[in-house]
Amino acid sequence: MSAFVNQLPIGLSIGAVLLLIALGLTFTFGQMGVINMAHGEFIMAGAYTAFLLQDLVLALPVAFLVAGVMGLILERAAIRHFYGRPLDTLLLTWGVSLVLQQLARDLFGAPNVQVPAPSWLSGGLGILPYNRLFIMGLAVAGVVAVWLYLTRTGLGRRTQAVVQNRQLAATSGIDTGRVDMLTFFIGSGLAGVAGVALTLIGPVGPALGTYYIVDAFLVVVAGGLGQLRGAVLAAIGLGLLNSYAEFWSDASLAKVIVFAVIIAFLQVRPQGLFVLRSRVLT
Amino acid sequence: MRISRPIVSALAVGALVSALAACGSDAKPAAESKEIKVGLLHSLSGTMAISEVTVRDAELLAIDEINKAGGVLGKKLVPVVEDGASDWPTFAEKATKLIRQDKVATVFGGWTSASRKAMLPVFERYKALLWYPVQYEGLESSPYIFYTGATTNQQIIPGLDYLKEQGKKKLFLVGSDYVFPRTANKIIKAYAAANGMEILGEEYTPLGHTEYSTLVNKVMQAKPDAVFNTLNGDSNVAFFKQLKSAGASAQTMPVLSVSIAEEEVTGIGVDNIVGQPVAWNYYQTTDTPANDAFVKAYKAKYGQNKVTSDPMEAGYNAVYLWAEAVKKAGTTEVEAVKKAAPGISLERPEGQVTIDGENQHMYKTARIGVIQPDGLIKQVWDSGKPIKPDPYLKGYSWAAGLAAGK
Amino acid sequence: MIKRNLPFATVAVIALVAAPLLLEPFRLGLLAKYLCYAIVALGIGLAWGKGGMLTLGQGVFFGLGGYSMAMYLKLTEAGGGLPDFMVWSGVERLPALWAPFANPVFALAMAVVGPVVIALILGTLVFRQRVRGAYFAILTQALAAAMVILLVGQQGLTGGTNGMTNFFELFGQDLAEDSTQRLLYLVVAGVLGVLYLATRQLVNSRYGRLLVAVRDGEDRVRFLGYDPALVKTVTFAVSAGMAGLAGALFVPVVGIISPALLGVVPSLELVVAVAVGGRHALAGAVLGAVVMGYARTAFSEQFADGWLYLQGALFILVMTLAPKGIVGIAGRLRRARAT
Repeated sequence: MSAFVNQLPIGLSIGAVLLLIALGLTFTFGQMGVINMAHGEFIMAGAYTAFLLQDLVLALPVAFLVAGVMGLILERAAIRHFYGRPLDTLLLTWGVSLVLQQLARDLFGAPNVQVPAPSWLSGGLGILPYNRLFIMGLAVAGVVAVWLYLTRTGLGRRTQAVVQNRQLAATSGIDTGRVDMLTFFIGSGLAGVAGVALTLIGPVGPALGTYYIVDAFLVVVAGGLGQLRGAVLAAIGLGLLNSYAEFWSDASLAKVIVFAVIIAFLQVRPQGLFVLRSRVLT
Repeated sequence: MRISRPIVSALAVGALVSALAACGSDAKPAAESKEIKVGLLHSLSGTMAISEVTVRDAELLAIDEINKAGGVLGKKLVPVVEDGASDWPTFAEKATKLIRQDKVATVFGGWTSASRKAMLPVFERYKALLWYPVQYEGLESSPYIFYTGATTNQQIIPGLDYLKEQGKKKLFLVGSDYVFPRTANKIIKAYAAANGMEILGEEYTPLGHTEYSTLVNKVMQAKPDAVFNTLNGDSNVAFFKQLKSAGASAQTMPVLSVSIAEEEVTGIGVDNIVGQPVAWNYYQTTDTPANDAFVKAYKAKYGQNKVTSDPMEAGYNAVYLWAEAVKKAGTTEVEAVKKAAPGISLERPEGQVTIDGENQHMYKTARIGVIQPDGLIKQVWDSGKPIKPDPYLKGYSWAAGLAAGK
Repeated sequence: MIKRNLPFATVAVIALVAAPLLLEPFRLGLLAKYLCYAIVALGIGLAWGKGGMLTLGQGVFFGLGGYSMAMYLKLTEAGGGLPDFMVWSGVERLPALWAPFANPVFALAMAVVGPVVIALILGTLVFRQRVRGAYFAILTQALAAAMVILLVGQQGLTGGTNGMTNFFELFGQDLAEDSTQRLLYLVVAGVLGVLYLATRQLVNSRYGRLLVAVRDGEDRVRFLGYDPALVKTVTFAVSAGMAGLAGALFVPVVGIISPALLGVVPSLELVVAVAVGGRHALAGAVLGAVVMGYARTAFSEQFADGWLYLQGALFILVMTLAPKGIVGIAGRLRRARAT
């Protein structure tokens, strides 16, 4: 029975991991409609930043910058030519992700590397180890920061304006190019932060990004495009679902169940949990 | 826009056919040359590259050493290296290429069971030789494969014997979802039933799985005396990190692993796995004269910070064992080599290794080691003498039902 | 009409006559493998290039076809007994799911019908709800991921990660014989040719124009009184059927089917191939699959480590500089010369 109760916080902590890896995507995919398959490799870049610095706390801001700048370069060099062609960006960024994976292999070697966990994160509270609590805290902080940015700052409001109607925003004098740049920078930077956090619980190697990318997209799809609260709810829901499905069956079946539930869910709400109302005709 | 696309494709197909045809024309007959070509077929790219590249390096080292000592039958060994790309059909394709186009005398290759199963029909069809260097799940003995890694009764069963000696009665089984863990766990369950041990749980996760909190919860709640771990690759990193942060310790609940060698320890983080037992036939610290030489030569060739591991040693041995069989047969011709091989016995880094004539596996000494703070593995138990390979576990009455059909 | 079919005839002659004569058996086998992929690519060209549905889960249908065929081959080989992998997986009786696959007609039919039915169901569910574009792409990708996990998890039924291999004969023909392999190559090339012509016919029909219209303006088509969901679902099912057939042909040619062949990455790689060849032309899809297949073999024989770089770089270049792929470049060259 206690194992059953334990699954609740475990589900929440899985949800926090999902939220953290998907948070950046709510920006790049959600706000801009860019399917960035290299998002996983930005997560990887964050993890390797933590490895190079060998200091988790210091790595958080640095990884944000490193991954953010990588995203910025990608956006300026390639993606900006592809707005309005989401499927093409998907394939383009997949090519980028392959190159980045091989680059990591050449720079850091194929074997996994080790990032030491700070000593104050050893131990735990009840069923949850401190490092899981840390990740949950980080996820909450990330969400709050993103929410504040979007609603309380001028830049954030301009971002939302561009999401809702790009042409109208441009006509109103918003420099959409600059907004795009900034949005991509933040989205990629958040991936870097996620990467640092993941070093606490998972392997750090060239394949790291590939383990998380599909899950991250599913969270955003289930949550609804561009919807922060959707992503939060979807991540928590999928985390709990995963935790209980695995508890009652096994890890393989749990993944399949999660997928089936998402398909079924999209039958009910094809645009995800929350829909951005729009009169734009495609 | 009017483009005659088919003309383009006609040209392209034509070019491709000629390119393909050109590829085929460079194969020279091997018999006249002063060289013997041997194939090395491991994953040099993809997820398995981490492990397999080191085995290839060890095999190249052996080839170098043999060439420096004058080669085989007065001829130099020339390695033809191919990439299996962590993809089983590619292994079959490249094996075919090595045999049919390069006409190699033998192939050293493979790591995963899946890659071996994919190559097996190719070697049997063309009656060519494969030397497979990794511990595996047994229940196989192809007449065209020599198995230089451990079979189950040289690794899994000694591991269980060790746990039994330590008084561990309740086990929890954790494995990646593929053939080796499933077969290993079948054997473990049969062993447990016959030896008064209890299996508290059996869990599989997909390859590459990294979220272990639920599984760790299940393990912690079940409170086993020990965990038998057959996870593979990156999953081990996630599992040990998350197990450790859940407060498990090697003293109260040891996790015996059969797929973690010196190579993997750094990636998992020594802190997370120190004190945990592993089961193999060889460690870098194994104390034999041949091993001193092997470790020294390997580090000299590939770097002082490199480590040596069981599969690397088995690959290194494979080249020597094949060369010995060729010398004895006086030819590289496959059937003659197969006939000469049984009974060949060499002093290798892991001690004495003898080719069994019956199933083409090796007599090997089983060793249990414990992971040290420096990342190396210290032996704490061994089987005393090389164990006769028994891939179908015919010599164990409790295993009677396992190899049904054979 | 003759002028239009002349290029196709040239390709057909090269592929059916010259290749089997010139290539040694090993290389011919490789070409047959590329042509199997080309059949899948043709389906992707139809669904994505013409219909705008980016399907990243084509490997699932390819796998269904491949597994159907493999089940038949395994059962003939076992000759009434259990297939080898079931023995070492501890399965004692033949699962009921397997039994009908002993019949070659059933197995072959299932290789096509299975994928078609699944695509019809999935398409109806998804397209009715107007899930499209990126959502559809990600859903199909997740489908591929789930399929792999499912196949791997059911080891006793599917052979797990190993998949199925070790096939000896097909319809009484020894698969190890070069002559059988040559025959198989001709069958694959023939099927591809027929499917290519049929697909081209389809695209040029009224239905094909409707499909392109749906791609370019789904809502407008709906306002005109058509049902875009139906058009898309049917197209998706056709492309799934092609992938299934390709899978069934692939198994005797290559001699193995495993989950690694139908996951996220191989599915994406096929889409890459189509983009490289040129997604807007059916011939481009076919060409892309063959060229990428060849490039992969050639590259991994020369320098293995570089393959990811090349594949990635090729992709970035094609998408940024030549979104119409090889066919587009060739077309541009032709126009440049004409002026």
